[in-house]
Amino acid sequence: MGSRVEILNDGGYRSDGRRQFELRDIAIDLSRHGQADGSAMYTQGLTEVLVTVFGPREAKLRSQTIHNRANINVEVNIAAFSTGERRKRSRGDKRILELGAAIKSTFEPVIQTHLYPRSQIDIFVQVLQQDGGLLSAAINATTLALITAGIPLFDYVCAVSSGVHSTHAMLDLTTLEENDVPHLTVAVMPRTGKITLVTLETRLHSDRFEEVFRIACEAGKVLHEEMRNAIKARTSALARAMGEGHPAGAPSNREGDEDFEMGDD
Amino acid sequence: MVEITIRKRPHAEAVATQRKFFKKTARGKVVKVLRERYLREDVPCGISHCTICPGMPGTTLPTSGGQGHKSYPHGHFILPDTNVFLHQMDLMEASQLNAPVILLQTVLEEVRHRSLPLYNRLRALVKAEDKQFWVYYNEFRSETACIRLDGETPNDRNDRSIRKASDWYKSHISQVFGRNPQNISTLPTVLLLTDDAANRKFCDAEGIPNSSVRKYVEGLKDATSLLDLLSAAGETEIEPTAALVAGRGALYPEYMPQANLVAGVKAGHLHQGHFNANPYNYLEGNVTVPAHTKPVLLIGREHMNRAVQGDVVVVEIFDEKEWKAPADAVVDQETTLKNDDPDESEEEPDDENALAEERERRALVRENARKQPASSERQPTGRVVGIIKRNWRAYVCHIDSTSLASSSATSLSLQSVFATPVSRFLPRIRLRTRQAPTLIGQKILVTIDRWDATSRYPEGHFVRALGRAESKEAEQESLMLEFEVPYRPFGKAILDCLPPEGEQWVVPPKDPNNPAWRNREDLRDKVICSIDPPGCQDIDDALHATMLPNGNIEAGVHIADVSYFVLPDNPMDAEAAARGTTVYLVDKRIDMLPALLGTNLCSLRPHVERLAFSVIWELTPDAQIVNVRFTKSVIASKSAFTYEEAQIRKDDPHRQDELTQGIRLLNSIAIKLRQQRMDAGALNLASPEVKIHLDSAETSGPIDVEQKQMLETNSLVEEFMLLANISVAKKIQETFPQSAVLRRHLPPPKTNFEKLQDILLKRKGMKLDVSSSGALAASLDKCVDSAFPAFNTLVRIMATRCMLSAEYFCSGSVGRDTFGHYGLASPIYTHFTSPIRRYADVLAHRQLAAAINYASLHATLHSKTHVEQVLSVVNRRHRMAQMASRASVEFYVGLALKSRGADKDGKPKEVQEEAFVIRTFRNGLGVFVSKLGLEGLVLFKREIKFDAENYTVTVPQPKGKEVTVAVFDKVTVRITVEKDRNTQRGVVKMVLVEPVDTST
Repeated sequence: MGSRVEILNDGGYRSDGRRQFELRDIAIDLSRHGQADGSAMYTQGLTEVLVTVFGPREAKLRSQTIHNRANINVEVNIAAFSTGERRKRSRGDKRILELGAAIKSTFEPVIQTHLYPRSQIDIFVQVLQQDGGLLSAAINATTLALITAGIPLFDYVCAVSSGVHSTHAMLDLTTLEENDVPHLTVAVMPRTGKITLVTLETRLHSDRFEEVFRIACEAGKVLHEEMRNAIKARTSALARAMGEGHPAGAPSNREGDEDFEMGDD
Repeated sequence: MVEITIRKRPHAEAVATQRKFFKKTARGKVVKVLRERYLREDVPCGISHCTICPGMPGTTLPTSGGQGHKSYPHGHFILPDTNVFLHQMDLMEASQLNAPVILLQTVLEEVRHRSLPLYNRLRALVKAEDKQFWVYYNEFRSETACIRLDGETPNDRNDRSIRKASDWYKSHISQVFGRNPQNISTLPTVLLLTDDAANRKFCDAEGIPNSSVRKYVEGLKDATSLLDLLSAAGETEIEPTAALVAGRGALYPEYMPQANLVAGVKAGHLHQGHFNANPYNYLEGNVTVPAHTKPVLLIGREHMNRAVQGDVVVVEIFDEKEWKAPADAVVDQETTLKNDDPDESEEEPDDENALAEERERRALVRENARKQPASSERQPTGRVVGIIKRNWRAYVCHIDSTSLASSSATSLSLQSVFATPVSRFLPRIRLRTRQAPTLIGQKILVTIDRWDATSRYPEGHFVRALGRAESKEAEQESLMLEFEVPYRPFGKAILDCLPPEGEQWVVPPKDPNNPAWRNREDLRDKVICSIDPPGCQDIDDALHATMLPNGNIEAGVHIADVSYFVLPDNPMDAEAAARGTTVYLVDKRIDMLPALLGTNLCSLRPHVERLAFSVIWELTPDAQIVNVRFTKSVIASKSAFTYEEAQIRKDDPHRQDELTQGIRLLNSIAIKLRQQRMDAGALNLASPEVKIHLDSAETSGPIDVEQKQMLETNSLVEEFMLLANISVAKKIQETFPQSAVLRRHLPPPKTNFEKLQDILLKRKGMKLDVSSSGALAASLDKCVDSAFPAFNTLVRIMATRCMLSAEYFCSGSVGRDTFGHYGLASPIYTHFTSPIRRYADVLAHRQLAAAINYASLHATLHSKTHVEQVLSVVNRRHRMAQMASRASVEFYVGLALKSRGADKDGKPKEVQEEAFVIRTFRNGLGVFVSKLGLEGLVLFKREIKFDAENYTVTVPQPKGKEVTVAVFDKVTVRITVEKDRNTQRGVVKMVLVEPVDTST
């Protein structure tokens, strides 16, 4: 009954009980993930993304090495069970390639790639569940994973989707809302206020664009706070573990140091 | 700046905060859907001065609740169940019912699912100034949110949710206002209002105050007036959906297998024909079958069984004792099914459907309840058992705005909506579209895809938008589409067939060896002129007349020689054959031939040499034909007159030049020809023709409408054209008895006139003799009412409607005795005189050219089947073109009325016109406004007495007097053009002003 759901009812509630400018519940899990140098499990509402980062390391193929900076390689995998209807997407799927390319181009100006010439940073994005805002969740998770991997970034990248229903702007859309409402995804670097990504795949009236865009930028700052808290919590836990001298669960020194500095800013 | 927050959802309570369900997609796949739900503490209760719920926006409910109910002396709030809104909406809308209402989100959503129109009414109610409604979003508040339990039906869950909310309000009120122990006994009650007995039982068990609607209303002050508003459905209601959950059955009977249909038709117990819907009553249609003189009547949706106007259907005819007469009431689809819902999904069997069915059944029962019709009125009655061929195409429609689920302009969601076709002959079409909001108010093109036995309405899809309704471009295009007028510009292949000289083409200098001059007579020195309507560009006929030395008169009709340019079997010829005719709309002409030919090379313009095909007679002064010859010629018209100019010239005694003399001569013969024709029994029929005055060429805004004037010169041209056509017809029939292109008008069956004869006899005591066209013409002449000069015209218009339409045919395919033209009382007839705008004339030209040995006849014109095939297309195009131009005139009459009806401030002014009653219905009158050529319907809001036998309608007056209106009575109507809210269509509304005012 897709058509029968009111996107924004007269009482100002959305179909899931949120108001216009309320983001969905966010859960961040930064615990280590196997061999990966950094990883983050990011849940926003019912969208769940796991990002693992490997590197910087030597590129597997000579052809991919760039002499003066690191090459960023993004691979996306969408689990067949991530939507209600089981659907297997091949690796060559246009949608997946596009998602990967968007993430890559978002992070290219943010990662300090010039520090690692002739090397490669691999970002693996696993989509476990989707319910709208897939790109923004993937970007946020990648930011967190890169930080836990200790890769120097100029700033956080915080992405959020926003749409407009009639004249009302809304933040963080679910699939249901995305199907009904023109929406865009904005990725901001909150400290400088710079934008690294804006995507708009639906038609949106130009009069509305500015308002929606500004709201999304604002929301990026709120997200930044949330993400920073998660990183800080993890870092202080690590620092505490190091100080108390429990080497068993602690990561290697290099990582710990990096994290500490990041958390300190 | 707005506050942006992140809502937290406790994962421990995933049962309450996540909703998991399975959904069947349109393709039949089952999909698991997971949705989140954010429960909040800040959903306000809506009662003013509540200390717990802060900052409530908008108007709130009074603290003490509603007063004035016997049972609740301390005030009360009504908390209605869904069934109250579904069945008692009229009551809830009543202004006397003014207690504060708490509307739960659960109820709101359930109403929305059940019936969108009711939901829209409910929303209007919530916003109404004089009502106190508060919407409480109970499903979003953590205390009142409800989860469906295992094995619980959605309906039970909703009931439980309503009770839970009701209980919460009770405790909330006592918590807020009951701190002072003295107050406890005087707190207002939150009353759960429901007609569901089971729900009330649960309430009693849980200690929730509850009441049935009737009981509640009885305790109110204005009980008596409110009780009338109570709908009967409420009382015995058990469970609104229970009865329907069983699943939706087939609404229509299945069709018989194709083989059975064919066999049945062959054996004679089934009958095949075209389905015609009744434009006045959408629940009725008929099928003309060869086995019966009267069409077979189909009554009710089920018997029409998904047939759409124009389909070739097979019907089964019932026993004679079940035969009925056609209905005499007007049943309008839009009003009967106003609340019907387009979204019939598997999950929610609509009980709204049941309501629609019920209403329809009632409409039919009302129909059948009338006294047994006289046997003469009864028609064979039957039902459709199968469809041989669907004739579906794209239809011009409007989106029905009330069927819209979400009207937000940015909504991209897929929704089901109704498209109402412009034509009254078609049912509403359901279509699913993502762009419904943007399509509102536009004319769109919709194609029917299918009509399943389980679906009440045919399903279609959106083809394209034509533009804003009532904009001239959109209306024009929609007209052309509706009547299937091919209006594409001519393609290159077609234009390549034109002479390469283009505009510069001239008749080559005289030279017998030049193919253009071969066997052509030089008539350039004849004093030839053309007489046409003003502004005519495609002049295809010109005339001349001179006295011969022997006292006889030579008269000539010269027709543009189109067949010189349009050669058989080339792309231009094929296109012209497909177009069949030029279509004239009020402000546009859609040509059959490229404009270069139509308005230049073939147009017999003055002072220019042109090729022509001439018919030249030698006539005695008494207009008897001495001999006739046909020849290709070259002419140079001396002048192009309008009818009016020619008339003035003829009447001016000072003018004695050759041209004027010629016109006078032509006129004198035309008068005699006409007399001869009338003596032979030709009919002088009337059709309501009006002329639209356009503002200027650029804006083409209509200013006014007036009736067309007939001048003497009109009839002059007409007589000679008839004479030419008849002469040509004789010639080509003689030469090509098997394949001549002729035109005939079959005598109408006597039964067609029965009703008119009966009306005339009963109302005016006049007799109509229909035994032959001559007898009819004579008796029509006697139908005169001295007190009422327009009466004769009116009878003629009505008589015209009883007749069949004329058609082209191939002489070899019908019997010699059926060649006659009934209306013209001529034994043989064809069309020869307008080859620029009619394709049949082009064929006649070719045949005549062959008959005079000018050229050999193209092989295709020797073939009977080929000529038949071409003519059937031409016949259809011709009919469509007539309807299109009529519709175009109607549209402009509407516009003119609108502009006339609006004064300078744009306020609508009333237009009152004289009209004549032409039909009586059970609940209305069909009237004809001769001044505007407009036919309309007057519906009575009051109960009226209808006498079918005497064709009268008796309207009771408030003062006890009664006024009787009969067919042929002169009445005054007030005409307004209203924009129908649903269809965005300008509808001409007529209201009777005299003798009775029906506006009240």
